[in-house]
Amino acid sequence: MVTNVLSYGRSGVADWVVQRFSALALAAYTVVMVVWLAVNGSDLTFAQWQGFIGQTWMRIFTLLTILALAGHAWIGLWTVATDYLKKGAVRVAFLGCVAISLFVYVVWGISILWGF
Amino acid sequence: MLVSVYRYNPETDREPYMQDVEVSLPEGKDLMVLDVLNLIKERDQSLSYRRSCREGVCGSDGVNMNGKNGLACITPVSEVATSGKLVVRPLPGLPVIRDLVVDMGVFYKQYQRIKPYLQNATPAGGRERLQSPEDRAKLDGLYECILCACCSTSCPSFWWNPEKFVGPSGLLQAYRFLADTRDEATEERLADLDDPFSVFRCRGIMNCVSVCPKGLNPTKAIGHIRDMLLSRAT
Ligand code: SF4
Ligand code: SF4
Ligand code: FES
Repeated sequence: MVTNVLSYGRSGVADWVVQRFSALALAAYTVVMVVWLAVNGSDLTFAQWQGFIGQTWMRIFTLLTILALAGHAWIGLWTVATDYLKKGAVRVAFLGCVAISLFVYVVWGISILWGF
Repeated sequence: MLVSVYRYNPETDREPYMQDVEVSLPEGKDLMVLDVLNLIKERDQSLSYRRSCREGVCGSDGVNMNGKNGLACITPVSEVATSGKLVVRPLPGLPVIRDLVVDMGVFYKQYQRIKPYLQNATPAGGRERLQSPEDRAKLDGLYECILCACCSTSCPSFWWNPEKFVGPSGLLQAYRFLADTRDEATEERLADLDDPFSVFRCRGIMNCVSVCPKGLNPTKAIGHIRDMLLSRAT
């Protein structure tokens, strides 16, 4: 997995498709959030918020969106890094930080969604 | 008119510099940039640049004029030197050999890589492989490329990854053979392009389209290749 994602062996089509679909997921999630907040946002209570996020469909939708975010950010930042970071060590360090951050987001997200 | 030319002779100069030259242009005539370079060279033989046909056919005198790539022989001075000063630099992104002469090696390597020749193992039926006029029309806007490198050297994606991104010129040629009904190597050609760099580094910036002296549209050809790659994957 690590050698695969850090090397150049992936399919460009797959990256391209993942990038498009993850963008759709992120856009859909944003719309849902904005609409819900517009309807309920003025005097929101914690119980309301928890009730909304705690619904099964919302948990699954949120998890999918977090995974989409991780995939989207990884492909995007990998592209930026291979364009602009020409020093091998700098690039590996940068991509390492990105990978760790995204991994933390995913694990943290799962623990928030299913931990309460 | 004031002309500023990029000069670099690796044998005597430690680093490149811009040389300002005052050139008197004939009255009532709009010279091409190549004519101006020739006038300078008459006075200073050491100025180096490539040119051959002087009519936009050979593609050897691609240079950067006031910030925009083009062929010096068919670019009127009045078109680029709008502020009254002409600035001529080598094509960006390629190593400079001397003055306006760049090393096109990596550009040709990408051209070679897309196998720019017809691949067909089936013996031809008659003397030649015939095409319907409609099939032949698919090659219009593709075959006219003169490999001047104006497009690829204006493409940021090519600047950052000239070894891995084929670049607009090479991809236009790649599509020229993908679109050719007589070519049988479509699958192999697509397989060679399906990595994150060769095609997909194109960001649709369209610098290539805006500079092509032949009015060709590499971005469109790249879009067709991407569609072919997508339908091949699904
Ligand atoms: S459209 Fe693509 S190939 Fe053309 S200049 Fe932009 S990135 Fe380069
Ligand atoms: S596509 Fe146009 S700019 Fe690019 S190499 Fe061919 S003729 Fe030159
Ligand atoms: S000299 Fe041949 S294209 Fe300009």
